[in-house]
Amino acid sequence: MSMDMVGLEHWSLARPELFLAVATALLLLYGVLRGEAATSFVAIASSVGLIITAVLLFVPYREGTAFAQLFITDRLTTTMKALVLISAAVAILMSRSFFEQAKAWRFEYPLIVSLGTLGMMLMISANDLMSLYVGFELQSLALYVIAAFQRDSVRSTEAGIKYFVLGSVASGMLLFGASLIYGFCGSTAFVQISQALLAGKAAEIGTTIGLVFVVAGLAFKIAAVPFHMWTPDVYEGAPTPVTAFFAVATKIAGVSLLVSVLMGPFKPLFPQWQQIIVVAAVLSMGWGAFAALRQPNIKRLMAYSSIGNVGYVLLGVAAGSERGIQSVVFYLAIYMVMTLGTFAIILLMKRRNVMVENISDLAGLGRSHPMLALSMLVMMFSLAGIPPLAGFWGKLYVFMAAVEARLFWPAVLGLLASVVASYYYLRIVKVMYFDESTEAIDPTAFGMNRTVAFVSALLLTLFSLLPQPLSALAAAAAKGLFP
Amino acid sequence: MASWPILSVITFLPLVGALFCMVVQGPKEAVDRNCRSAALITSLVTFLVSLLLWVHFDPTKAGFQFEEKVAWIPALNIGYHMGIDGISLFFVLLSTLLTPICVLASWDAVQTRVKEYMVAFLVLETFLVGLFCALDLALFYVFFEGVLIPMFLIIGVWGGKRRVYAAFKFFLYTFLGSVLMLLAIIAIYWQAGTSDLPTVMEKMQLSFQWQFWLWLAFFASFAVKVPMWPVHTWLPDAHVEAPTAGSVILAGVLLKMGGYGFIRFSVTLFPEATQYFAPLIFGLSVVAVIYTSLVALVQEDMKKLIAYSSVAHMGLVTIGIYIMNMQGVQGSIFQMLSHGIVSAALFLCVGVVYDRMHTREIDAYGGLVHRMPRYAFVFMFFTLASIGLPGLSGFVGEFLVLLGAFKANTWVAFGAATGLILGAAYALWLYRKIIFGELTKASLKAILDMNRREVAVFLPLVLLTLWMGIYPNSFLDPMAPAVDKLIGDYNAAIKLAHTASLR
Repeated sequence: MSMDMVGLEHWSLARPELFLAVATALLLLYGVLRGEAATSFVAIASSVGLIITAVLLFVPYREGTAFAQLFITDRLTTTMKALVLISAAVAILMSRSFFEQAKAWRFEYPLIVSLGTLGMMLMISANDLMSLYVGFELQSLALYVIAAFQRDSVRSTEAGIKYFVLGSVASGMLLFGASLIYGFCGSTAFVQISQALLAGKAAEIGTTIGLVFVVAGLAFKIAAVPFHMWTPDVYEGAPTPVTAFFAVATKIAGVSLLVSVLMGPFKPLFPQWQQIIVVAAVLSMGWGAFAALRQPNIKRLMAYSSIGNVGYVLLGVAAGSERGIQSVVFYLAIYMVMTLGTFAIILLMKRRNVMVENISDLAGLGRSHPMLALSMLVMMFSLAGIPPLAGFWGKLYVFMAAVEARLFWPAVLGLLASVVASYYYLRIVKVMYFDESTEAIDPTAFGMNRTVAFVSALLLTLFSLLPQPLSALAAAAAKGLFP
Repeated sequence: MASWPILSVITFLPLVGALFCMVVQGPKEAVDRNCRSAALITSLVTFLVSLLLWVHFDPTKAGFQFEEKVAWIPALNIGYHMGIDGISLFFVLLSTLLTPICVLASWDAVQTRVKEYMVAFLVLETFLVGLFCALDLALFYVFFEGVLIPMFLIIGVWGGKRRVYAAFKFFLYTFLGSVLMLLAIIAIYWQAGTSDLPTVMEKMQLSFQWQFWLWLAFFASFAVKVPMWPVHTWLPDAHVEAPTAGSVILAGVLLKMGGYGFIRFSVTLFPEATQYFAPLIFGLSVVAVIYTSLVALVQEDMKKLIAYSSVAHMGLVTIGIYIMNMQGVQGSIFQMLSHGIVSAALFLCVGVVYDRMHTREIDAYGGLVHRMPRYAFVFMFFTLASIGLPGLSGFVGEFLVLLGAFKANTWVAFGAATGLILGAAYALWLYRKIIFGELTKASLKAILDMNRREVAVFLPLVLLTLWMGIYPNSFLDPMAPAVDKLIGDYNAAIKLAHTASLR
């Protein structure tokens, strides 16, 4: 076995992860040697590194298991990793102006984001409860640190502590669940758990309880109700670029892991976990819609919005079908664009060179910054799920999967929740276009954030012209689980 | 027939104008001027191109013409399928006709954010034309729902005092209805494996149980759009607060989305449920006709009065559709077209005095005939058309619907006819209060009659109303085969279900 484990075959499957780890380590060395002066270079280099890692995923594309079945790559994991890498790269690029202003533009930041991303990649590729936990912890620890990265800010440190304490509880639950599963199934490897369950060798109830704990731990990461309580506080307190990273990359990685756990080893327990996921989905969609109705702070609003969006994704997961998994990939990709675009605009909200984050600060944006307002309008209508914008297709795909799986009532409730949620997205449009501004936000300079905002808006608008590539990508990804 | 994709050209041509407006730069006056002209030219060209449809349309065929079909999302079996038949032909023309009129009507009235205004109208036109041409359920929904975005902005940005409330009410009401329809569309897709309308129409066999729920889901969407009593309450608010051109397009085309939807989807796809629910529709419609007519009688706001009259007129339309005989369906389509032009014209009439006096209170006017003879004539003309004076367009539709209703159910016909009498009452009352009497109010002493631009806005509508009233066959003939087929298919399905249940 030892020879096998160091075999080149194994390392070649994990090439992208390896590259990212080595690149991050080298950049860390460089940063330590050069000090603060290296920050901008390190930031750009780590974004480039992340993008190169994404390219390495596909060129050449490999699939299989490695390291004694601890690690798996297939179409699904590769696609999810690519989404995570893209969002991490964009999140790093978007963060410069924010941290410069907060006087916290340090070279550690992009590196910790890269390490967190590495953790996410391992998480996504986990094929064993042990490797799952290792990846999970690597990304969690990195995220705790960057939540508190703006260390002179009370809110930021508070967010970090809060996230750390509650996150540790979640990790604990995950670990406890894993130990139960190990106890009842006799193995931590996904393949063997699955075999034990299929052969009827595992005690079903015990395993189910273990699974519930694992799902709870993951639900915490993706902020699904009822494990969402930390989200608004942490999203509000964390530095805005970090919030963007949380809202996108963490969710994608968490959902991906959830999918591979539920659809992999625990497929035989489908009827049991379907109920749990349906309830979590409906509650998340509902809570994400209702709780944000009177929310004045845009970062908190986005926190609730992300809770709601996770609900829709979970509905696709609950379908448990090939179509369901396709819809999850499809939705997450669109969600990534919408959320990054929105946060890019939030990062541009400055007045007299101070960041502002109330929705009312957007008043009159339609006049003072017409293009920015138009981009935000596209983002909001897309989040609300109004065609012809891309967000609509995501919802359509998810609901198609739900109806096919005969989840009629969850689908109805989800659609009604989307109507309620549309109210607060519309409220932002209203503030931008219908209200007169008291004092417009600062003129925005050409830069990364504006580019991200415009490109996202353009992608969401033009998506209807050519939805085929993404749906083909989603279809190919789902093939990973349904060969 | 033209070999180029004429429907797509008509649908997306307005976007070219919108794009031009968006990139135009320069001092405000120049930008405004260029945007106005660009919007007018684009919408006029679109209208002219859409006339080609009428010219090349084969009025003897019942099926879809000018069809275009491209794979859109093959993975989901959703296609880009466009095509029109005799039923949708005139709705397309109505949309393309009213858009340039709206642009012209807002020429001076809209002075703020002209660029965005014109972009919103052109985008709206694209969605409207698209939804009448769409032959794929998903594509239809995209256009149907897309309408909300520009309309929300038009009401909210350029509307009156309570515009924010009205815009949200409009949006949330119609969105709530639409999502249920989306669910029904997904259910149909799931049953049929495709969202292509002709294929679905041909292949899908639904049990009554399914038809029941799906019909209700579609009903939720279309009833709000029509709007039917009791879900009509968004309409008066939206109309009152919308700018004039917004009201015009709202009354002229947006309300027809509901009626068109009933004909194209509810009746066609769920014949048994249609038969089952017809009494419900009749009940709601008769209530709508009488109740909203009574409500209209006590209004103090001109636009609100016309808005309520729209609900009443659309009540007649829904009666006609669900009677499912030749006169009823043809009559209701004709009534929709006529209402599209007449109510649009009435809102424009309100706009004319609103632009001068900035109030819509009926009490603020009186005796306008002394200062504005041309205006008095036009207003009279459209009031009478709305009442249904023979020789004008309103008569044909109402007569056909009543005739059809009488054949099917005399009580329904009775109720509808009562509403028409009330309709004459409030319309003439409005006219008397505004136009006749002594010109006593000081503020009105200097009011000016319609200028040349305003005459140009009304002229095509006047001619069209006369044409439709005097020679309705130009409109009825092309739609006859399609309506005939619709009713034939419906009766066949009912008969089949009947024999099946006997077995």
